[in-house]
Amino acid sequence: MSLLEISNLRIALNGEDDKQVVKGLNLSIEPGQTMCLVGESGSGKSLSALATMGLLPSVLSPIAGSITLKGESLLDATPARMRELRATSLSMIFQEPMTALNPVARVGQQIEEVLEFHSDLGQSARRKRVMEMMEAVHLPDVNKMYASFPHQLSGGQRQRIMIAMALVMRPQLLIADEPTTALDVTTQAQILSLIRELREEQGAAVLFITHDMGVVSEIADDVTVLKLGEVMETQKVDNLLRHPQTDYTRDLLRSVPSQVPRAAREEQSDKLVLETTDLCKTYGGSGFFSKTREVKAVQNVSFSLTKGRTLGIVGESGSGKSTVARCIMRLIDPTSGSIMVAGKDIATMSQKELKPERKNFQIIFQDPMRSLNPRIEVGQSIIEGPLNFGVPRNEAMERARELLELVGLPASAVDRFPHQFSGGQRQRIAIARALAMDPDVLVADEAVSALDVSVQAQVLDLLAELQERLGLGILFITHDLGVAAQICDDVIVMQHGRIVEYGPAAQVLGAPKQDYTKALISAAPGRHWDFANFRPFAEGAA
Amino acid sequence: MTDQMASVAPPDRISPLTRAQQIIFSSPLVMIASVILAIIVLSAIFAPWVVPHDPVRLTPSVRLKPPSDTYWLGTDAFGRDLFSRIITGGRISLVVGVAAAVFAVAFGLLFGLLAGYIRWIDAVLMRMVDGLMAIPSILLAIAIVSLWGASLWTVLVAITIPEVPRVVRLVRSIVLSAREEPYVEAAIAAGSSTALIMRRHLVPNTIAPLIIQGTYICASAILTEAILSFLGAGINPETPSWGNIMAEGRIYFQINPGIVLWPGLVVSVAILSINLLGDAVRDALDPRMAKRGIER
Repeated sequence: MSLLEISNLRIALNGEDDKQVVKGLNLSIEPGQTMCLVGESGSGKSLSALATMGLLPSVLSPIAGSITLKGESLLDATPARMRELRATSLSMIFQEPMTALNPVARVGQQIEEVLEFHSDLGQSARRKRVMEMMEAVHLPDVNKMYASFPHQLSGGQRQRIMIAMALVMRPQLLIADEPTTALDVTTQAQILSLIRELREEQGAAVLFITHDMGVVSEIADDVTVLKLGEVMETQKVDNLLRHPQTDYTRDLLRSVPSQVPRAAREEQSDKLVLETTDLCKTYGGSGFFSKTREVKAVQNVSFSLTKGRTLGIVGESGSGKSTVARCIMRLIDPTSGSIMVAGKDIATMSQKELKPERKNFQIIFQDPMRSLNPRIEVGQSIIEGPLNFGVPRNEAMERARELLELVGLPASAVDRFPHQFSGGQRQRIAIARALAMDPDVLVADEAVSALDVSVQAQVLDLLAELQERLGLGILFITHDLGVAAQICDDVIVMQHGRIVEYGPAAQVLGAPKQDYTKALISAAPGRHWDFANFRPFAEGAA
Repeated sequence: MTDQMASVAPPDRISPLTRAQQIIFSSPLVMIASVILAIIVLSAIFAPWVVPHDPVRLTPSVRLKPPSDTYWLGTDAFGRDLFSRIITGGRISLVVGVAAAVFAVAFGLLFGLLAGYIRWIDAVLMRMVDGLMAIPSILLAIAIVSLWGASLWTVLVAITIPEVPRVVRLVRSIVLSAREEPYVEAAIAAGSSTALIMRRHLVPNTIAPLIIQGTYICASAILTEAILSFLGAGINPETPSWGNIMAEGRIYFQINPGIVLWPGLVVSVAILSINLLGDAVRDALDPRMAKRGIER
């Protein structure tokens, strides 16, 4: 008998039959196995997990089907029984380790609390068990860790604490909802191997929810693909990656950006559109009222970008890559160094002097939900820049309609509000807004990171097409090496505010010289798989 | 601005009048609140024509009478008709409440925007605001009134000044978080002037909380005016206001509790209605809230 059996699960909004968000999910997990639930946003993967935990929001309710854990029906269990099961047999870890822990309690005590409520262990036995668990998740110096507060730990360490908390009662089923999405690749690799190791040691089954095919290839035994609440297919991971049965899965796999750099392009022109020399940004230092620790966010960053080319900056969080972008946009003032745009040094200009130069460089942000003012029509957002530069309103509006069509949206979208669009569409609008200024340089700060892979692929195609047509120089900032490999001509790898490696994409990502770059590449999940061609790379080469 | 908006407006853009109707008819509660508020406001405006008795005429023979056919809500300690006084008192109280709210919100918005967006102004202005907040507001109001003498205007200024710092802090905190939004940064990147960024991208974020704060100030101003009247630092006691009717009646509460309870009831109902209407306007102003309202 399988450990967890979900059959024909249907979840609907307000219990109404025509508002189903999960439409007939079937799934079973054996002890010691990892089942991956894969899907894009809105596929119902997290809701299925929450239903299993008995944690669905009150507006959603299961209207049909069953969930059984070792033969016991979870949908019929009383709240008290569910509470007990959640402590002892089921446990869950979440995406955001920053908010999942109580910030004002010591992390060791937070783990111990679980034992306090759900076991008969005495105080010293509890303490011992917590220490063992913290060692099992490979936390250093557990005595010191026990007494630490969450803010003193890194994201990876916090996720380890979450895992320790989830596993301290030795549950039979661990549900992991995108547990590594908020983490850097190197940390992600460590957490994935930790989950694998603990599964083997404790014999627990894992229900792993993710949108990332790379992660799937690393951790799954079986995979269930969901689309808009419907199961597309369920297969062994190797079969799924080699022989996907449905068009949807095939498209999903084809959208995964490959780690192998694309073929080098001819340089179109040697016209420099952006050049920085020894760019530095230091935060803090002594002030009139306070003396704070100096943080060198960016140190001596020099690079150049020519017309029609894409320069990628990759690095983990805290590497200073976004600070570079914000300095170039002059959203923050660089401490020293120069930034040449259209032949002028904009690094030291006052905001007033800068204003006429602003049309030469534009930016697209990461979060499509926040990059458009929710209160004004998208047309008004697009023409704001041109109006500042004296373009008559009618003309600007006409151009806005053209631009919306250029980015693949109907011209009539000018009269609509941002909330009427999906994330991918909003990112297209943000691109249209940037293009309305006819810039030479487009800075894309994690511009596709918040999008589903299929949408991400479309937006990347759009950027490539626009670049071809308009000769834009693109500075592309990303944490995703696959994306960088697909779109960049040249790549900069940054760590601790410094450039570690800088060169053509094929060289930096294909044959890295620096240890840090090598470590980054080897940590990237799914690097052995050529998803688009449904085979591992080794076989393709052979 | 308006004709510029009109040139790009979608054909189905609704007029302000239709919008007002939508707000009023959005729920039965809001409808009742609107009707009550309309009655209170209209009767205050047309008080000289609608009152059954002269609100200031003393009639010693009918002191502290219970409600009757002649005196609908009874009379006060000087034999003045309570009903007429409450209706007339609404003129001062409503003017003080609404004007204090408008002025406090206007000045608070201006200073809050400057403090939230321009660093050096922030340092100077917020220290002044802190200083102002350290003085108890009633003491400050009494000081102002005794300095300049009691009149409608001084009472208004005395009530408004202590309210401004709270609005400044509210607006500043909203601006501080809103200025970090990518759409504001995109506007900076588009070369928009500070004034345009404030007007288009920052002020709209403050409107919903300001409406709530404004209705709160309106309510608290009506009460503060009453307190000032009670302490003898308010408007001339011969001119009735809800506050000084209650203040005068307090001594006779045990003989005729109506003198305090009736104006008190009118104040509560008026304030509740203002708050309900404020909530409805806020919901209507936010396109996302409006959308949710339709789905609901």
